[in-house]
Amino acid sequence: MKQTLQLFTKALFGSMRDLLPIVLVIAFFQIIVLQQTPENLPQIFTGLLFVVLGLTFFIFGLEQGLFPIGESMAHAFASKGSVFWLLTFGFSLGFGTTIAEPALIAVADEAAQVAAEAGLIELSEHAMESYASGLRITVALSVGFAIALGVLRIILNWSLQYIIMIGYVMVIVMTGFAPDEIIGIAYDSGGVTTSTITVPLVTALGIGLASSIGGRNPMLDGFGLIAFASLFPIIFVLGYGMIF
Amino acid sequence: MQFLDELFSLLLATSFDILPIAVIIFGFQFLVIRKRIRNLKKVLTGMLYVLIGITFFLLGLEQALFPIGRSMAEQLTNPEFLQTVRLTTGELHWQDYYWVYIFAFAIGAGTTIAEPALIAVAMKANEVSAGAIGVWGLRIAVAIGVAFGLALGSYRIVEGIPMHYFIIVGYVIVVIQTFFSPKLIVPLAYDSGGVTTSTVTVPLVAALGLGLAETVPGRSALIDGFGLIAFASLCPIISVMAYAQLSELKDARTLKKQLNEDYYVNRAGNKPKK
Repeated sequence: MKQTLQLFTKALFGSMRDLLPIVLVIAFFQIIVLQQTPENLPQIFTGLLFVVLGLTFFIFGLEQGLFPIGESMAHAFASKGSVFWLLTFGFSLGFGTTIAEPALIAVADEAAQVAAEAGLIELSEHAMESYASGLRITVALSVGFAIALGVLRIILNWSLQYIIMIGYVMVIVMTGFAPDEIIGIAYDSGGVTTSTITVPLVTALGIGLASSIGGRNPMLDGFGLIAFASLFPIIFVLGYGMIF
Repeated sequence: MQFLDELFSLLLATSFDILPIAVIIFGFQFLVIRKRIRNLKKVLTGMLYVLIGITFFLLGLEQALFPIGRSMAEQLTNPEFLQTVRLTTGELHWQDYYWVYIFAFAIGAGTTIAEPALIAVAMKANEVSAGAIGVWGLRIAVAIGVAFGLALGSYRIVEGIPMHYFIIVGYVIVVIQTFFSPKLIVPLAYDSGGVTTSTVTVPLVAALGLGLAETVPGRSALIDGFGLIAFASLCPIISVMAYAQLSELKDARTLKKQLNEDYYVNRAGNKPKK
C-alpha cells in the first residue's frame, strides 16, 4: 500500500513537471509580453487540473499494470526464437499502443474538425468520427508494420540508415502525388504516434531482442524502432490521402 | 449534469480505445505464451487507471490545452498587438511576427529539456560512448533542435510556404550527415526525433499551428495549419548528429594537439609524456 502511494505521488509529480514549463512560458507571455489576462481563466485552471490528474492516472496505470507485463512479454518473445510470433507480436504491440495513444486521439479529432470546416468532408458528427477513426487506424496499422519491419531488421541485421533513406525517398515521391490537404497531417502523424505508451514498450522489445541475439550491440541494434515508427505513418497517411 | 454526460460518453469511447491492448495482452498470454499472468489483479487495476487517466486527460485537453494554444496564437497575431511591437512599416511582413517565433522556441526548449524519456536516453548514450557524448550536451542539442524546429515551422505558417520544401531539404541534410557521423549516434539520432514530442506537447503545438493558420491573413487551417510537429521531430535528428560530429571534432583536435606535443617533447630528447 505504501509503495503504491509512493508510485502514485511519483506519477503526480512527473505529470506536474511535464506541465510546468508550458505553464511558465505561457504565464510569462501573458503577463510580460501581451499584458492580458485570459478571459476564461477558471475554465483553463480546471482543465489543467484534469490534465494533471489524467496524466497521473495514465502513467500510474501504465507503470503498475501494463509496462511490467508488456516488458516481460517482449522478453519472452525475444528469447522464444520463433520469428513468426515475434513479428506478429511486434505488429500487435505497435497497433495496440498507437490506437490508445491520447495525443493521437486528440490530433485526429482536431484534423477531422478542420477537414469538416474546410468542406473536405461532411460537417456532421458521423462523418467527422469516421474520418478521425480512419486516420487513427491507418496510423496504427503503419506503426504495427513499422515495428514488425524493425524487428525483422534486428534479426536479419539490415542497415538502419538504408531503410530510412528508402523511406525518405518514398515520402518525397508520394508527396508529389498526394492531395495538398493531407500532406501536413501526414508529416505530423509521424511525431504524434510515438509518445507515452509506445516508446517504453517498443524500446524494451528492441533492446531485449538485441541482447538475446548473439553478437549484437544493443546501442546500435536496439534503437531505431522508434525511427521506423515515426517514418512509416507518414508514408501510410500519404497513401490513405491518395486513395480517399 | 451535462458534464457527467460528457464524462460518461468519453469514458465509453476510451474503453474502446484501450480494448486492443487488452485483447493483445490476454490473447498472446493465453494462446502463445500459455502461462498464467502474474499479478493479474495489478494488471487489471492498472488498465482501469489507464482508462480513467486517458478520459480525464482528453477532458482537460479540450478545456485547457487546446484553447490555450489557440488563444496564444490569436493574441500574438492580433493586429492591435502587432501594431505596438512591429518592426517594419506599411504592410505586415514576416518579421513583425517575431513574438510568435520566440514563443514557439520557448515552448519547444522548455518542454524538451525536462522530458524524462530524453534524460534516460541521454544517460544511456553517455554510458555507451564512454563519456564522449555528454548527458547535458545531448539534452541541449535535442532541445535546441525542437525549439528551432517549432520556430521555423511557425515562420513557415506565417509565410505560407509549402512544407514539403523544408522537409525535403531536412531529409537531404540528414542523409548527408548520416555518412559523416559517428556510427553509434545514428540510430539514437533517428530515434530522438520521435521521442521528444510528448503527450502534453503535441496537442498544444497542434493547436498553436491551427490557431496561427486561422488568424494570419491568407492562410488556411487545412493546408497550412499542420506541420509543426513534423518540424519538431525532424530538426532534433539534425541537431543531435551535429552535436556528435562537433564532439568528435573536438576530441580529434585534442588528440592531435596531444600528439604534436609528444612529438616536440620527443625531439627535445625527453621522454614522451603519457
